[in-house]
Amino acid sequence: MGALQSPSPARQQGALALEFRGVSHAYDIAGHPLDVLADIDLKLAPGEFVALLGPSGCGKSTLLRLAAGLEPPRSGSLLEDERPIVAPDPSRLLVFQDPTLFPWRTVRRNVATGLEARGLLPAEAPRIDKALSLVRLEAFADAYPRQLSGGMAQRVALARALVNDPGLLLLDEPFGKLDSLTRLAMQTEFVRLWRSVGFTALLVTHDVEEALLLAERIVVLSDRPARIVSEFPVDRAYPRNRADPHLVALRRQILAELGVDNG
Amino acid sequence: MSDVASTADGDLIAASDRTLPLWRQGLLAAVLWLATAGVTVGLPDVIPWGSAGLFAGLTAAVGLGLIALSVGVHRLGAVGRRLVHYGPWLIAVGVWFLVWEYTTAKTGWLPKPFFSPPHGLLNVYVVDGPRLLICVGYSLRLWAFGFFSGAAVGFLFGVALGWSERVNYWGMPVLKLIGPVPATAWIPAMFFFFPTTFLASVFLVALAGGIPVAILTASGVSSVNRSYYDVARTLGASRWFLVAKVAVPAALSHVFVGLFMGLYYSFAVLVVAEMLGSKYGLGWYISFQSAYSAYANVYATIIIMAVLCSGLVKLLFVARSRLLSWQEKELI
Repeated sequence: MGALQSPSPARQQGALALEFRGVSHAYDIAGHPLDVLADIDLKLAPGEFVALLGPSGCGKSTLLRLAAGLEPPRSGSLLEDERPIVAPDPSRLLVFQDPTLFPWRTVRRNVATGLEARGLLPAEAPRIDKALSLVRLEAFADAYPRQLSGGMAQRVALARALVNDPGLLLLDEPFGKLDSLTRLAMQTEFVRLWRSVGFTALLVTHDVEEALLLAERIVVLSDRPARIVSEFPVDRAYPRNRADPHLVALRRQILAELGVDNG
Repeated sequence: MSDVASTADGDLIAASDRTLPLWRQGLLAAVLWLATAGVTVGLPDVIPWGSAGLFAGLTAAVGLGLIALSVGVHRLGAVGRRLVHYGPWLIAVGVWFLVWEYTTAKTGWLPKPFFSPPHGLLNVYVVDGPRLLICVGYSLRLWAFGFFSGAAVGFLFGVALGWSERVNYWGMPVLKLIGPVPATAWIPAMFFFFPTTFLASVFLVALAGGIPVAILTASGVSSVNRSYYDVARTLGASRWFLVAKVAVPAALSHVFVGLFMGLYYSFAVLVVAEMLGSKYGLGWYISFQSAYSAYANVYATIIIMAVLCSGLVKLLFVARSRLLSWQEKELI
């Protein structure tokens, strides 16, 4: 990989377009509806990397759950490549803040879960090794999750998603619980993965810096019920430098948008 | 006393091949076991119990073995270290046999027929061994049919209770009502309902073993972290996969708690059921022999039960650590 390349990586064949069309959602809390999303319109081109920024508890994670098909929205519709999303599908995968690995399965069997569930084993078994080498964990294939560090566990979770060749990866603060050094390494690692594999990525985060380093476009959400406040394209080559004056200026602008004055 | 062993090990390294240290606890145990043998053959029995010679022979053999070990135990490596660890136990059992032998057979201080000497128990195995073996076979058969069918049904019912809201709605209140009733309370009714007492006994053992398995499995399945299901569903899991490959393994440690509880309850019911309505089996043997005040036979049978039941508990522990080995892996 060259030091400076065009910000748009090679698009993967199977990368999916994602569209939120007038999506609103609410939860029933003790009998009262609690609005979490209000009229969200958002389009992701195939292979695009978009970050959603917003105050915590604003409904960002709900957006991802809807996109994954884990629950239907109260109103509006979600489309992948123009087809409505009605159920979970391995083409759209979620990576949570907690790695949520199955503790009774080895690393290899965790990564194999999706293939096993769809009856693709043993025919597709070589993909497991490929996914493990993608996240550089070949040596830990037979370890159990409780033997792994937080960063390693999160890399296993990524491999468990990537082994299915997802067209869309939904990331719910995936680096949020890691220590700061591991987080930096994982962010770099993730950009590398996205550029080499070429899936569409939708990242939820409350870390402005993370969004600036990773995404091609940053969407800022309001407090609950979340609506889209503004959008910022980040037209910078990868790998990015956090000291880049353009990014520093953008950071100040976004923090002001979020209501934090002292950038 | 344990520092005897550790300094002995230290000496071993320092003085490699010179005279090995004496295992003093082993020697003391040897003296006690030989004394038991001596008292058994040297003093006359108050009344004859039988098998005194055999008992003396066995204890003398252990005593002689301990004499040899008190010199050579440190050459035996891991086995030797295990023996040294149990040195105090060998002494205690020696004291126990000596006192037991002396106060029952030799002096009659403890009254017959409620107390019998160790060689009295040994005599039961010698004289009544074949019949006891048959009883062991009958008891194990009844227990195995009852426990395994009960555990299997309890497990499946528990998974359904934990998984399906409808099964839970109808099943849980019934289970909560029936569950606390001691299985023995059903005995008279069941002996009436079932065509044979054997089938009734199997049902009771199954009931006793199955209810805790059902309750614990249900609570295990319903407390599984919901995110596991979300992850598995996005990865393309079917309902069957979610139950068999997510819910069940996640609930397995609960299931084992239920199995252990069910195991103990099933032993209790087994013996009572056999005492009331069987023609063979260890429970039947105990009630039959106590009617003749043959307490030696009763004690001998209780010892067999202790070995059998703790052996089955041990087997379940082995199965558990095999299946839940992922919980015990060392950190890298």
